[in-house]
Amino acid sequence: MAKTIIQKVWDRHVVAENPGAPALLYIDLHLVHEVTSPQAFSGLRERGLKVRRADLTFGTTDHSIPTHDRSLPIIDKIAETQITQFEKNCHDFGIPYYGPHSANQGIVHIIGPEQGLTQPGMTVVCGDSHTATHGAFGALAFGIGTSQVEHVLASQCLLQSRSQSYEVRVDGKLKNGVGAKDIILNLISRIGIGGGTGCVFEYTGSAIRALSMEERMTVCNMSIEGGARAGMIAPDDTTYQYLAGRQYAPKGADWDRAVGEWRNLPSDEGAKYDKRIDIDASTLEPMITFGTNPGMGIPITASVPDPASMKDPVERETLGKALRYMDLPSGKPLLGHPIDVVFIGSCTNSRISDLRAAAGILKGRHVSPKVRVMVVPGSQQIKQQAQAEGLDRIFKEAGADWREAGCSMCIAMNGDQLQPGEYSVSTSNRNFEGRQGKGGRTFLASPLTAAASAITGVVTDVRTLLG
Amino acid sequence: MEKFTTFTSRLAPLPIDNIDTDQIIPARFLKTISKEGLGDQLFFDWRYDATGKPKPDFLLNKPEGRQAEILLAGDNFGCGSSREHAPWALTQYGFRAVISTSFADIFRGNSLKNSLLPIAIPAEDHKKLLAAVAANPTATVTVDLAQQKLTLPDGTSVAFPVDAFAKECMLEGVDELGYILKQDAAISAFESKRSLTIDTLAY
Repeated sequence: MAKTIIQKVWDRHVVAENPGAPALLYIDLHLVHEVTSPQAFSGLRERGLKVRRADLTFGTTDHSIPTHDRSLPIIDKIAETQITQFEKNCHDFGIPYYGPHSANQGIVHIIGPEQGLTQPGMTVVCGDSHTATHGAFGALAFGIGTSQVEHVLASQCLLQSRSQSYEVRVDGKLKNGVGAKDIILNLISRIGIGGGTGCVFEYTGSAIRALSMEERMTVCNMSIEGGARAGMIAPDDTTYQYLAGRQYAPKGADWDRAVGEWRNLPSDEGAKYDKRIDIDASTLEPMITFGTNPGMGIPITASVPDPASMKDPVERETLGKALRYMDLPSGKPLLGHPIDVVFIGSCTNSRISDLRAAAGILKGRHVSPKVRVMVVPGSQQIKQQAQAEGLDRIFKEAGADWREAGCSMCIAMNGDQLQPGEYSVSTSNRNFEGRQGKGGRTFLASPLTAAASAITGVVTDVRTLLG
Repeated sequence: MEKFTTFTSRLAPLPIDNIDTDQIIPARFLKTISKEGLGDQLFFDWRYDATGKPKPDFLLNKPEGRQAEILLAGDNFGCGSSREHAPWALTQYGFRAVISTSFADIFRGNSLKNSLLPIAIPAEDHKKLLAAVAANPTATVTVDLAQQKLTLPDGTSVAFPVDAFAKECMLEGVDELGYILKQDAAISAFESKRSLTIDTLAY
């Protein structure tokens, strides 16, 4: 029977299927970070358990780590305790990790692919919902809670029920100024943030094939914002070219054998999906969110919807509450709305191609004096690469703040945050109330839109600045 | 874990769709390395003012909110981040169940592992229940996990789905890890025939 890539990867990892219990699924790569693991390690200690496969586990510090100069002390003592405890946990249980001073430290979903740890056909988990990112390689990758972090540490397995499959087919050619972030924000605005609940997305179509690996990661990263725990893209030559030669990627004869196996992963002709949506890439515009969840997005020239047009009372109240929080009128576009902060970073958009895109707009220009602009590379390696290319100088000369690697203002638990009432254009993934700081208001958009808005100080259509 | 037993309770209505885990517990409280003390931080930014004082009009600060062991929320409850701090905070506050029309996948799984029952009911019943609580804030419902049955204030009942294995674990008061560890032989057998692999300890 014709199978999807989702089924193929699932089937290859089923350890046991006992009556009355979900499948026991083997995990090939377990990424851990400081925030969602401490209670899991405590659980192991209480039960006297070891980590079953430290050789399939990798750690880094990203969420609560400051992005200022790493030679300075961590001011937040609670965060420092968490980071210190994480290092102790990794040390005690024999787990390799990149600490704050490692040249390879970075956001967990940036460094997995960067190091070649993430590979096609794998099962990948992490105590973080943006684990979906790794699906860009044709891996089945999803976020888990702390109990499951403990399960995987102890057994390298998870109890899982099979998900439904949801084909997201994107055909056609993107217009200038429109990119991967706009594809995913458009999808979520159509299906809503619960649209993919119970599903794994598979992104297919010519527009997806045309994306680079970094762009594919941006798309898969926000699968969770559409409600799907995972989003996959079948591997192809773009994938193999990205992976070849990376630290943990197979080498020599192992590489040839691996690529041979990976070539069998794409969904078979005629494979059936439980759901499907089609998107015409050629019709897409730059997207921006106006509300308090990522599904509340519009093309940048469109108007904010009116709660009065909603029939369902709970939907009406949900939108009304969002617009009250955002302090925005309905019926008008966001274009020209003043902003206070621009954040370029996060596991969605902090890779070298994102930084190049932003720098391309900022080069030879200066950011608005009213706007604070933070550029936070996703990893120390990306930081080094950007500096080698002179991107840091472009950012600094434009008046932006060039930081150390971490999650930073995407989750605002490390001191990088909005003040109450401030508006940001952010390349991150969530615009929930208070996500970027209590009382802060977030417009999610692409690195191009963020950079353009940084210059003007208002929400801006980047196409007006492109030649 | 304690065994999950049948109980009758008032409801705390929070009829908003897509309540995300950043609202349930804001990220700045995730710097803790323990599970303790999260109940006071539940819905922090909705519940307390800028000076940290409880807002008297927010339901969870009122006596009737405190008496409810069930949260009645809008659609797609628990979306967003995978933080298990969300069910920890809800249970520490005193909730034993959340009723909605649907739940985000990761939140649902996390809740079941912490004796917090996510009860998804059809939209019609959900509307009826919201109306009943609006008319009578002291109205109660009964949650029977064994029968997967929610008895509404008018005496009618609604069936709700729950994963069979998670249900057994909750009713018995045991966690899943014990079961997983008993599969050691099957896991070892699987590992011996795995082909492609990485070695994170290699460098």
